[in-house]
Amino acid sequence: MRLAMRNRAFLIFSLIVPLLFLFLFLGLLAHNDPAAVPYRLASVLALTVMGSFWGLSVQLVTFREQGILRRFRLAPVSAGAMLASSILSNYLMTLPTVAIEFGVARWVFHMQGWGNLLGVAVLVTLGITTFAALGLIVASVTNTMQETQIINQLLWWAFLILSGATVPLPLLPGWLQNVALFLPATYLVAGFQRVMVGRGGLLGIGPEVLSLAVSAGLAFLVSQQLFRWEPEAKVPRRAKYWAASALIPFLLLGIWESAHNRLRATSLMDYLSIQPKSDTDK
Amino acid sequence: MSSAIIEVENLTKRYGDVQALRGVSFSVHEGEVFGLLGPNGAGKTTTVEILEGLRPADGGRATVCGLDPHASGDALKQEIGAVLQSTALPDKIRVSEALNMFASFYTRHRDVGQLLERFGLEEKRQAFYSQLSGGQKQRLALALSLVNEPRVVFLDEPTAGLDPQVRREIYSIIEELKSKRKTILLTTHYIEEAERLCDHVAIVDQGRVIALGSPRELKQRSAGKTRIEIRLARPEPDGALGQLEAVSGCRSTDGVYVVHSTGVPRTIVALVKYLEAQGNELASLEIAAPSLEDVFLELTGRRLRD
Repeated sequence: MRLAMRNRAFLIFSLIVPLLFLFLFLGLLAHNDPAAVPYRLASVLALTVMGSFWGLSVQLVTFREQGILRRFRLAPVSAGAMLASSILSNYLMTLPTVAIEFGVARWVFHMQGWGNLLGVAVLVTLGITTFAALGLIVASVTNTMQETQIINQLLWWAFLILSGATVPLPLLPGWLQNVALFLPATYLVAGFQRVMVGRGGLLGIGPEVLSLAVSAGLAFLVSQQLFRWEPEAKVPRRAKYWAASALIPFLLLGIWESAHNRLRATSLMDYLSIQPKSDTDK
Repeated sequence: MSSAIIEVENLTKRYGDVQALRGVSFSVHEGEVFGLLGPNGAGKTTTVEILEGLRPADGGRATVCGLDPHASGDALKQEIGAVLQSTALPDKIRVSEALNMFASFYTRHRDVGQLLERFGLEEKRQAFYSQLSGGQKQRLALALSLVNEPRVVFLDEPTAGLDPQVRREIYSIIEELKSKRKTILLTTHYIEEAERLCDHVAIVDQGRVIALGSPRELKQRSAGKTRIEIRLARPEPDGALGQLEAVSGCRSTDGVYVVHSTGVPRTIVALVKYLEAQGNELASLEIAAPSLEDVFLELTGRRLRD
């Protein structure tokens, strides 16, 4: 089954925005210091993966509003298959962007080594599934494109600023760091930083991988439960509870992290590892 | 007679305060074109969407190919094809991609190349959906509805909003399907469409079937009541023309008097005499054989497109 659509929103958020971030982060923030490139690339990878929630939510709402989903509903296709295929096509179309980012980092910005590619692959896969499914949930709990865009903007800016992707987590005020511990994006960014900078194996990002895997599964199940074919079908009240349940793994992890400070310690370690010569990009 | 492939009994459906269906019943036999004729809001689309499995009914019973549309899921979807009233495809999907993708959903499907040829879409096979004209989009929708060799095809207002030439193209496609004994359930508010294409028609109004039969049988109800459309130089009160000889009913809309007569020559003679006496003149006079529009008018007192 194929549902690879030529979607402008997808192109913008899966290719153009990540590449802009790439040149911005690696060109301006890494200060031509090859040692800082892996750390900044980790942020760009995380943003690329997080962008998948945007394209898919816009696509699903457009399809529902234009009556496209109604046409699919007439065919023997289940909601689960529709959603899984859209996540899969999103995944396959994001992989070239990730490859381009690695290529540019290595050959344009002189990154040394490739980081832990297995760890990157695992995080890209789980991350896209989680964030794409979150996008599908957003599409299902909103009634119009306007509502979808508002929620997307709020989430995007929260992910962008609080996750450590733009401002390194150790530089955020302490109370904001505590808030960040409850965001899925924070774990994705920290995971990428570990495998790119710390060169940690999969065990080193165990909690991140586990939480992303659980929430990928949970978010997908929830998106299936909430899926609506018809534009006039209203969002049921239980939808909000279902949507909230997708964030349970991060709530638990946030509480655990608040008590143990593991993630904050590793983030600080990864951040300091790129500061031996200069501390200028604060 | 062949057996019923669609059976509908006492179907009811309510949307909030609106009772969309108030006990709709009819049956469709294999190989026939059955029309649901009625004005907008009569309940035609709701009925069809219940039969397609897109909406549950509140009450009553329906079977399509022996299956309960709401409970049978994919088993029914394999057997039916449909052109929906309000639907679309993604703007950036190509014509051949759309057909190939939908074909891939079904266990049994037709050759996509043949469909493109039959529906005159070969030249457009690489075109994006957004680049197609209204008629081409509708031809693609028809091709998609047949991609799985369905036993029953639902066509919900298949020519609504299309220009006359495209409408005739769609008619010829439906006539070809009819000649191949494909079972078709068609909804329309066009009289011409129902009279030309349908073997049987259910006239639907306000959620009820108010008349059922072949177009010929239905029109026979109005037999002996020929419609005369009269335009006058000066207006006359409705009641006056209603008093003329052999007139069974009269009403006027936009300066046109529609008179139903059981004896046309007598009515015309009486009309001419009456107008002479009033010093009025005839602007035009048209005599029409009864149509399904007259049947609807007679039953409801309204025109189909009022």
